[in-house]
Amino acid sequence: MALKLYQSEFSIERDVEKCISCQVCVRQCSNDVHEYISENDTIISDSMKCVGCHRCESMCPTGAIRIEEREPHFKTNYNWSSGHLKNIYRQADAGGVLLTGMGSDKPYPVYWDHILFNASQVTNPSIDPLREPMEIKTFIGRKSVQQQYPGCGPGPGEIRDTGKKKEKNGPVVGPQLELSTPVLFSAMSYGSISFNACRALAEAASEFGTCYNTGEGGLHRDLYGYAPNTIVQVASGRFGVDRQYLNMGAAIEIKIGQGAKPGIGGHLPGEKVTEDVSITRMIPMGSDAISPAPHHDIYSIEDLAQLIYALKEATGWSKPVGVKVSAVHNIAPIASGIVRAGADFITIDGLRGGTGAAPQVTRDNVGIPIELAIASVDERLREEGIRHFASILAAGSIRSSSDVIKAIALGADAVNIGTAALVAMGCHLCQKCYTGKCNWGIATQDPYLTKRLNPEVGKRRLLNLLRAWSLEIKELLGGAGINAIESLRGNREHLRGIGLSEKELSILGIKHAGETW
Amino acid sequence: MRGKPGDEAMKRIFIKEEYCLGCRLCEIYCQVKHSKSKKIIKAFKEELVDVLPRVLVEEIGHNAFAIQCRHCVDAPCVAACISGAMQKNKNTGVVTCDEEKCVGCWSCIMACPYGAIKRDLVGRKIASKCDLCEDEDIPVCVKNCPNEALEFRDTGE
Repeated sequence: MALKLYQSEFSIERDVEKCISCQVCVRQCSNDVHEYISENDTIISDSMKCVGCHRCESMCPTGAIRIEEREPHFKTNYNWSSGHLKNIYRQADAGGVLLTGMGSDKPYPVYWDHILFNASQVTNPSIDPLREPMEIKTFIGRKSVQQQYPGCGPGPGEIRDTGKKKEKNGPVVGPQLELSTPVLFSAMSYGSISFNACRALAEAASEFGTCYNTGEGGLHRDLYGYAPNTIVQVASGRFGVDRQYLNMGAAIEIKIGQGAKPGIGGHLPGEKVTEDVSITRMIPMGSDAISPAPHHDIYSIEDLAQLIYALKEATGWSKPVGVKVSAVHNIAPIASGIVRAGADFITIDGLRGGTGAAPQVTRDNVGIPIELAIASVDERLREEGIRHFASILAAGSIRSSSDVIKAIALGADAVNIGTAALVAMGCHLCQKCYTGKCNWGIATQDPYLTKRLNPEVGKRRLLNLLRAWSLEIKELLGGAGINAIESLRGNREHLRGIGLSEKELSILGIKHAGETW
Repeated sequence: MRGKPGDEAMKRIFIKEEYCLGCRLCEIYCQVKHSKSKKIIKAFKEELVDVLPRVLVEEIGHNAFAIQCRHCVDAPCVAACISGAMQKNKNTGVVTCDEEKCVGCWSCIMACPYGAIKRDLVGRKIASKCDLCEDEDIPVCVKNCPNEALEFRDTGE
């Protein structure tokens, strides 16, 4: 259509004094923004096609390119914002659901930024993590009510005593997932991200002693070697699920929902189902991989319990089986039901959690922030005396080590990082994952693009991120005079809110800054 | 390369073609390294005519790799050279062309099984080839590859 009702989101500033016409930008852009004109040895750029991924800017050897976000030139209107206008124009053009990628970018309150962490002064000593041992090892799985020993019988409140690991002199607990740091990689399927990205995640998790998650894409045969550090997911499409897959993983996660799109299934278009993806997902090549919105065998908590125990039986009660849900309004009773259904861990994915593709209207309007969800779930499970039955994994925009430590102090056992891991591998949050044209070689299956992510480099960067965050977590713990992450879990006395209302503070279960005991 | 790599202990450039993006930054930095000013903008804006890249990115479809002189153990270009310009350094193993001695007969180009030698027709006709950036710790093409598709390591490793 000749008529353009909206303008480009970015302007491409090219400093001709610096541009040497080397054409790296031309070769690197999968959106064909840059074009070389040989007649006068110049490069012209079409900003309408630019998605703001900054690949050209990062690759330019002379720093001649600058991608700037452009303010839309609509008349200022606080009600009809430019975002609304642009969406209406786009929908009036195409008549479809607006798709987007990554987590919500709407300015909802980020509670992490309104929570402050404590430190020791005078009354108790702080600890120097460089000189004294700090323990951040984390165990995910069912814990016992109290220290129990074989032959002493189950403790009060134990729902079942099957599947317990019996050690001669140790306490009786369910199968545990041992992590060297309370940070795991979120579920990202092979299909939604490239094989090289999956491999980098698997290798980094394996080397660091944490876990990555297959998402619903099945486990690629070349990654079988990293199975001891793999959480295998069972989602509504059941792609790639068989007995071998279930038995290979370190833990099993039943995916009910995802933070970016609660209540919505998934759709991997047929063109992304390459030969390798088809083998891994166990579906015909080129066929659409459709994950239904619900699991068609789960219509109640009882049905969920059936699946949990079916999976436990299938794997000989040898590994934790968890359930992933998105944080929705009634997350606390839902979580309670899940725990009672026999889950060994719950993964809660908050409002700002990422995705490879989701309807924008769902991503930006459905769910609740993860901070509130952790607090309310932890509180409810404690009230009901079932908190120890399941570990809580929190996800949905964990951006830094301080977010990790705040999540744990609010009551999470560990956190999942998805977006942060992709950013470590180069992602620039352009939110165009659904196009399959990821210039960073992450969210694509195009062989021209996937080779841009060298898994060796990706692995090194992920390891560095995990190492850096772990060191920072130790610094914060030491400053608060705590030498083991276990002692921080659910310890909300170490948190204070700033700029929060009474209601928010009471849901978070924390005092306001300045309040003391 | 010609001859068994293990026969000679030297650091060589290895190609990981599965990670080559075909961005050609290796070529660009090679040109800069062998330019007069060694400053990228100046080299390209003012001196480009004098400089050929000594590494070449070959591309077919999504397959790409950057190839430069393999510094063969048994270098056919050295044997083919009629003027003694092409020499293999016995200590370092690096094959270089003495541009003073080169007469531009192109025998080396015909002998090279990798097509790694080029005709430098600017000024005096001479053979232009990779010198493994002998004054650098790591050749610039390796150092500037954004995806580590080139590796500089000992042959035995």
